[in-house]
Amino acid sequence: MLETAQRWARFKRDPRAAWAAYVALAVLLIALPFVTDWMLGRTWVRIVAFALLYIMLALGLNIVVGYAGLLDLGYVAFFAVGAYLYALLASPHFGLHLPFWLLMPLCAAIACIFGVLLGAPTLRLRGDYLAIVTLGFGEIIRIFLNNLNAPVNITNGPQGVNLIDPIRLGDFSLAQPHSIAGIAVPSVYNYYYLFLALALAVIFVSIRLENSRIGRAWVAIREDEVAAAAMGINTRNVKLLAFAMGASFGGISGGLFSGFQGFVSPESFTVIESIMILCMVVLGGMGHIPGVALGSVLLVVLPEALRYLGPLQQALFGRVLADPADLRLLVFGLALVLVMQLRPSGLWPSKIRRREFSAQGEEARHERESVYDAAR
Amino acid sequence: MLEVKGLKVSYGGINAVKGIDLEVRAKEMVTLIGANGAGKTTTLKALAGLLKPAEGRVHYNGRDITGRPAFELVRQGLALVPEGRGVFARLTVKENLEMGAYSRGDRARIATDFDRVYALFPRLAERRRQMGGTLSGGEQQMLAIGRALMSRPNLLLLDEPSMGLAPLMVRRIFETVRAIAAEGVTLLLVEQNAKAALETCHRGYVMESGLIALADTAPELLNNPRVRQAYLGE
Repeated sequence: MLETAQRWARFKRDPRAAWAAYVALAVLLIALPFVTDWMLGRTWVRIVAFALLYIMLALGLNIVVGYAGLLDLGYVAFFAVGAYLYALLASPHFGLHLPFWLLMPLCAAIACIFGVLLGAPTLRLRGDYLAIVTLGFGEIIRIFLNNLNAPVNITNGPQGVNLIDPIRLGDFSLAQPHSIAGIAVPSVYNYYYLFLALALAVIFVSIRLENSRIGRAWVAIREDEVAAAAMGINTRNVKLLAFAMGASFGGISGGLFSGFQGFVSPESFTVIESIMILCMVVLGGMGHIPGVALGSVLLVVLPEALRYLGPLQQALFGRVLADPADLRLLVFGLALVLVMQLRPSGLWPSKIRRREFSAQGEEARHERESVYDAAR
Repeated sequence: MLEVKGLKVSYGGINAVKGIDLEVRAKEMVTLIGANGAGKTTTLKALAGLLKPAEGRVHYNGRDITGRPAFELVRQGLALVPEGRGVFARLTVKENLEMGAYSRGDRARIATDFDRVYALFPRLAERRRQMGGTLSGGEQQMLAIGRALMSRPNLLLLDEPSMGLAPLMVRRIFETVRAIAAEGVTLLLVEQNAKAALETCHRGYVMESGLIALADTAPELLNNPRVRQAYLGE
């Protein structure tokens, strides 16, 4: 047992092992849509693509909640802003059809402005108070989208916007199947690969941010805002930057969502959606990029997988005893409660968080240290 | 070096500081003592740029810095060790010290300042990879002071460095404070431990309900009957 552990530790340190792992991961990610399609069907490829979209969203929220420690319960508002921006500027609704390469920076920039709009008045708020205001902000955006169809029809109200242009990269439309080197690539695969590339980009940006000067400043503010200010951090600007960066990730995801779905309506952007994104961050492991990614994948896949509860009952008992729609939420809730009970720092927390939550040993040590101080 | 005239600060609707004059000359060690709620911490926060004064003027190195934000003042060499230490619990000791040098760009000199802080606090060097939150109270205070030193301050504002520490640890902290002053850093020390503070510093101010009640040299204050009765427990 011990020997295996030692061998494993040595293996983990070996740079060749790391490369092998990266190559294996890359092959897996490239093959994933084919394998998923073959094993579970086309719907599941779509679900996997959605999981990637949510990774981007959750990593955006992770900047605000995980790094800077600002509890934002209205994050979906930025997703909505991006989604509607794309929908209005690339659909027959206004007869505008802006290209994708222009829409993406626009989604990021406008969401960014909304981020600052939310951030500026809430600079002095913290914890519960901030959560309430952000919750309100999220609802305001949704209600605006719902009601901005009169007197001038901007958002088309509760009906939403449809016939949104699919994403096109130059002449390459993601909505059409393509044949690359003799391999048929259906439309949903295209989206998968685009989302994969962008999710990797978002992960890269997150990693760079985490280890940057600005990332440290966020962590300092999260830990102790007064001390952070005393270190010479411009807390106002740094907090606004957290909101703005987080929002721009949300805006980009929103734009992609619009192009992927071809339809948006206000009901996609309810409070529950915000809570789900927050759950992804918290469940996975706040502030830890792999954890947040894991949380996102699980929370997208799990509810879909629980749809099979109906057919499963049919097979086991010959009839459906409980409506799978009801059961889904129940099982989902139970799973969340269990995870939070058993792994309060998240499924895959960073080393620091893990240490913090297993504080008993630390506390004992702490006691000893204090005595030691007194004795010196 | 620091000149305060008619400073008034209100804090959440309460006038905590009601117009005080105060002066700290270069290379001097000055203490501000007083009971709980006398306005000492509020004064220090206002001087460090964490609170905006309602009235009055603050001059630092001849420049008017009234109402300037903390991040500007840190760059000008005015640093604060906040009350309750404010150690970043989930950063390591080394990372905490790095945060102290946040506003500086001169990497080479930051490295020598690390050595300087570790020389002053060998315990921090031993624990450099440990999380700030896992240190004992005394070590956290060392870290808070060391962190402030990483900004290379000319004027260091210390808010109750002895708070909640064992007597022996208090003595060590005051020894360090003297060592820092010996290196040429000007100090303004807020303390409830009036005896230790007056024995350490050159001059002192006694603050009572938002006003300066007494101002004198430290030895005079130590002999002042009013101070002896109210703050030295005689």
